[in-house]
Amino acid sequence: MSNTAEFRTCPTTGLKVDLAAEKLIKANAVVAIVFLAIGGLFGLLVALTRWPWVHFLDQNDFYMVLTAHGFDVLLVWILFFEIAILYFASAVLLGSRLAGPKWAWAGFALMLIGALTTNFAVLFTDSSYMFTSYVPMKAHPTFYLGIILFAVGALLGVGVFFATLVVAKQERTYEGSIPLVTFGALTAAIIAVFTIASGAIILIPTFLWSLGLVSYIDPLLYKTIWWAMGHSSQQINVAAHVAVWYAIAAMVFGAKPLSEKVSRMAFLMYILFLQLASAHHLLVEPGMSSEWKIFNTSYAMYLAVLGSMIHGMTVPGSIEAAQRARGYSKGMFEWLRKAPWGNPAFAGMFMSLVFFGFLGGISGVVMGTEQINLIMHNTLYVPGHFHATVVAGTTLAFMAITYLLVPLIFRRELMMKKLAKWQPYVFGIGVAGISVFMMGAGTLGVSRRHWDITFAGAALPFDYPDVAFLMMGLNGLFAVLASLGGIMFIVIIVSSVFFGKKLAPDEKPSYPEVPPQAIAVSQYGNAETLKIPGTVMMVAIFFIAFILYYFVNWKYLSEVWPLS
Amino acid sequence: MAITPPSERIWWKEPIAKIELIWIIVAFLWGLTMFFMMIYWHGAGEQNLSNEAYKITAEAFTERADKMIAEHTVRTEKGLAVVHPPPDSDVYLTAGYWQWKPILELEKDQSYRVHMSSLDYQHGFSLQPVNINVQVHPGYDMVVTMKPNQVGEFGVVCNEFCGLGHHLMVGKIYVVESGE
Repeated sequence: MSNTAEFRTCPTTGLKVDLAAEKLIKANAVVAIVFLAIGGLFGLLVALTRWPWVHFLDQNDFYMVLTAHGFDVLLVWILFFEIAILYFASAVLLGSRLAGPKWAWAGFALMLIGALTTNFAVLFTDSSYMFTSYVPMKAHPTFYLGIILFAVGALLGVGVFFATLVVAKQERTYEGSIPLVTFGALTAAIIAVFTIASGAIILIPTFLWSLGLVSYIDPLLYKTIWWAMGHSSQQINVAAHVAVWYAIAAMVFGAKPLSEKVSRMAFLMYILFLQLASAHHLLVEPGMSSEWKIFNTSYAMYLAVLGSMIHGMTVPGSIEAAQRARGYSKGMFEWLRKAPWGNPAFAGMFMSLVFFGFLGGISGVVMGTEQINLIMHNTLYVPGHFHATVVAGTTLAFMAITYLLVPLIFRRELMMKKLAKWQPYVFGIGVAGISVFMMGAGTLGVSRRHWDITFAGAALPFDYPDVAFLMMGLNGLFAVLASLGGIMFIVIIVSSVFFGKKLAPDEKPSYPEVPPQAIAVSQYGNAETLKIPGTVMMVAIFFIAFILYYFVNWKYLSEVWPLS
Repeated sequence: MAITPPSERIWWKEPIAKIELIWIIVAFLWGLTMFFMMIYWHGAGEQNLSNEAYKITAEAFTERADKMIAEHTVRTEKGLAVVHPPPDSDVYLTAGYWQWKPILELEKDQSYRVHMSSLDYQHGFSLQPVNINVQVHPGYDMVVTMKPNQVGEFGVVCNEFCGLGHHLMVGKIYVVESGE
């Protein structure tokens, strides 16, 4: 194969960057951020409507906007950005040319056409049946068609990623094994193949059904396979954002994984077990046995959760070890106090780690417990959980790495640096508030996907407790805060990308500060001398919180009506 | 670094730090604990689903529900039948057209085999303020044996999106003292 790719050398990292890959990373990231802006705006409208005191939209618009919000942020924003990450983790980190840029552009075009088609269906064809569109609710054929096109496009992108790994190996662009971040991206890509295959298996027949060519689709079967796509796609996010955590720790601190073996094993557990999560959505459905539910909902005895708990120690641990090696070794937490909290890449990444673990991780395991699900299923606790994982976890991590991509890939000086300093905090705290108060309202029984919890006009009205209304109000307030953080992000990034000072080919960006590799600690953390007391303390606090919260919920469950 | 190939070529032979190993073991044991907790609750706990379910058509389910309503209606409320079925009997709660039918009146500390099915789309049975939530599918008859442990008036909110009347879909269950 002729090798005609053109490269430049990054003055900051010394990496060889394929210009075709760079263009694709830019295009995917920009489209991702545009959809984040659109989907985020829809999210704000949802939160303002669910704030009983504001109750902004009428019911038709509410369900339409809620459907669009789910699709645009959960699927479109995240997958476009993930494709950018896949190209970065393969071509750029391995110093290789991207395999088949034309295929990558075809994938990009299909994803974009698909995303626009489904948005069109939601906004103009009366297809407001939620992102999940459970049969027998029948959306317009273009709704399913758009998702199918989008998935095929994403699959092409994943294929280009795999091919690039092969090319890099054959052309010996790197020595030894692929970097840990690339390994994490590979994990995400493998899960993506499973996800997209599940999506094809269920959405293609559903598309034909919407055209009248298939007569019946079983609602339970639909739900089982749909969630093999729906939940697995969130596991792509987990693998991708954990890879991003490691990448930011490396780029900001020069941190080295405590143990390549342990971190890779943790990713491997994702590949092997995360796909079982479809069961999380079927714990209170008819037709499934408890044996099936218990095995699947626990990801085979919580082995995938074990993977996350390992990353929960190794990511901050690698940062602590790097900081201590640099001399911040007083007491338990000097390394953390003297971390670059004004660097939005670090601040965003660290908050993502904490919120994902404490809010998203713990709530997910508790809610996914077979019996405890009875007191949480389809309440606002569910969106509370996944806003902690997907927004405070994934989105915040992706925002954080964008602050590094702007100077390194877009080759522009970041603008509005003061605003950028605050952005992760405004967004992170906003989203943490959204998650906590939705979980609170869910614990009090408030339903998700519900336009009016006052039930005005219902024949047999019911009153949720006053505290639930307070929770919904606080949820609305924090949604406004998160939106503010989101707007700050969009404004900073869009202005920097289009109007920021162009960096000369050999010019190093001044911000955010990324230590040159010479400073990077290359040798530490061998098995005998590893000292990470601060991380151990944080892990211990996490573990105690986990145990307490887990058993508190069994206590709640034990008080409700006996069921058998 | 995590963005470069491992500095030790044979990284899989590097020893694992003790503290990492301890955490892996602790986390693994905690996973096992949570796994066996679910199994334990099936024996020791009182809140479990039997997973008893049947395929059924809307017509067949409606027929059974109508029979129960005809036999055990004790009064009407806002034009809706209030049904007081005998303890241990089969009770039919129908979801559909943005209504839960009928209104049920149950006795405290008595068991009922509650059958739930939908006539149209998926619905969510959300008993409030108790906060028990079960999914109701069309074409499936799910049986949940319920034993109310408190007296009072309870709302049945629909918590699965079922169309534009979704927010109006509220049913009711009364629980009265046994023998009343």
